[in-house]
Amino acid sequence: MIAIVDYGAGNIRSVQNALNRLGAESMLTADAKQLNVADKVIFPGVGAAPYAMQQLRERGLDQVIPNLQQPVLGICLGLQLLCNESEEGNAAGLGVFDTVVKQFDGDFKIPHMGWNEVNGNTYPLFRNVDSQADFYYVHSYFAGTCEDTIATTTYGTRFSAALQKDNFMAVQFHPEKSGQVGERLLLNFLES
Amino acid sequence: MLKKRIIPCLDIQDGRTVKGVNFLGIKDAGDPVELARNYSAQGADELVFLDITATVEKRKTLVDLVVRIAREINIPFTVGGGIASVEQAYELLQAGADKITVNSAAVRQPSLIGALSERFGSQCVVVAVDTNWVDGEWMVFVKGGRKNTGLRTLDWCREIESLGAGEILLTTMTQDGTKAGFEIDITKAVSDAVGIPVIASGGAGKKEHFTEVFQKANADAALAASIFHFNEIPIPELKSFLKNQNIPIR
Repeated sequence: MIAIVDYGAGNIRSVQNALNRLGAESMLTADAKQLNVADKVIFPGVGAAPYAMQQLRERGLDQVIPNLQQPVLGICLGLQLLCNESEEGNAAGLGVFDTVVKQFDGDFKIPHMGWNEVNGNTYPLFRNVDSQADFYYVHSYFAGTCEDTIATTTYGTRFSAALQKDNFMAVQFHPEKSGQVGERLLLNFLES
Repeated sequence: MLKKRIIPCLDIQDGRTVKGVNFLGIKDAGDPVELARNYSAQGADELVFLDITATVEKRKTLVDLVVRIAREINIPFTVGGGIASVEQAYELLQAGADKITVNSAAVRQPSLIGALSERFGSQCVVVAVDTNWVDGEWMVFVKGGRKNTGLRTLDWCREIESLGAGEILLTTMTQDGTKAGFEIDITKAVSDAVGIPVIASGGAGKKEHFTEVFQKANADAALAASIFHFNEIPIPELKSFLKNQNIPIR
């Protein structure tokens, strides 16, 4: 059973729809016990980091998520919340990835919205995904690169497209909205 | 590099896809879910669904349709048509839409843009702007293009950005349905004036029109309907053409 963390931040239904298309059974839950016993956990999210962190704290999930032992996949805001901290409202993060989330700043369109290429994707999460394949992004904040970075994308600056540390994986793009390559990546996670 | 997006638009009436010419005269173009699935398979980068008859009683049909689309397709999609409140937007986002688009209601009540963006994030909020050339100026129209608001297009686009919109869908009514090409001047002016992405709409008839709107008007995305529905320009053919023109395309 795949558990999708349901904490009132974002379009979690689209993640569940994607898993359904892949034939994987999933449940939406904010219950610590169910998260702890799930085979895998997906931690999605869109919206503002301070609000999302507050939702996690109210449900005690800020203590549960960083201690999960099974494979965990953070998506978009999920990735950002797994970092040390975010410039967005100076929100403290869950501290799994040793990097800081910053706001895009420069003479280019923000949010970074659309399909952009992901480089250096040689990890198992990207198995059978073409190098430089395009994934779908929508975000205004990004995680800087660090030693947990396993793939990068450049938009004004080079940032972490994907991170991995032990059982924790995270992607800044939306695999559930990235067509066939996105489905491939989700399958790789399901097989991890 | 961030790619330029190709976006088929599906006008929805009573749960079917339709497309008018200059907002008049309607042809049936098929089942929206079937079209959506085809477009996704062909490499469309995003989809837009506009319910052109969204009334209170029809809204449930629209929500049901959104649920079906969200189950079937694996690319982002935007839904609009008569959205006038945070609650209506919530219903469509809950049903599985990635973004919602507002038009007339945003002009009537600009604070709606801020309310939507605060609640769902600006990335969810696409403001549609229908513009027409009147007495030497580009003006904003509402009510399906029937009513001149008296707002100047550039002023309104700057305002909606400052109110929290995440994207602008700019339709030039002089071009809509004509297949004579996108209107370059106002599209470029808007794209240069705002810091959020701009989707150009209205006038696509040939592959070269897309080259133009990306290269000359700096559009971030281009939207079209009938040329895709009736397969006049297949999406894979369009995308390989644009790649050959050195336009960044997925």
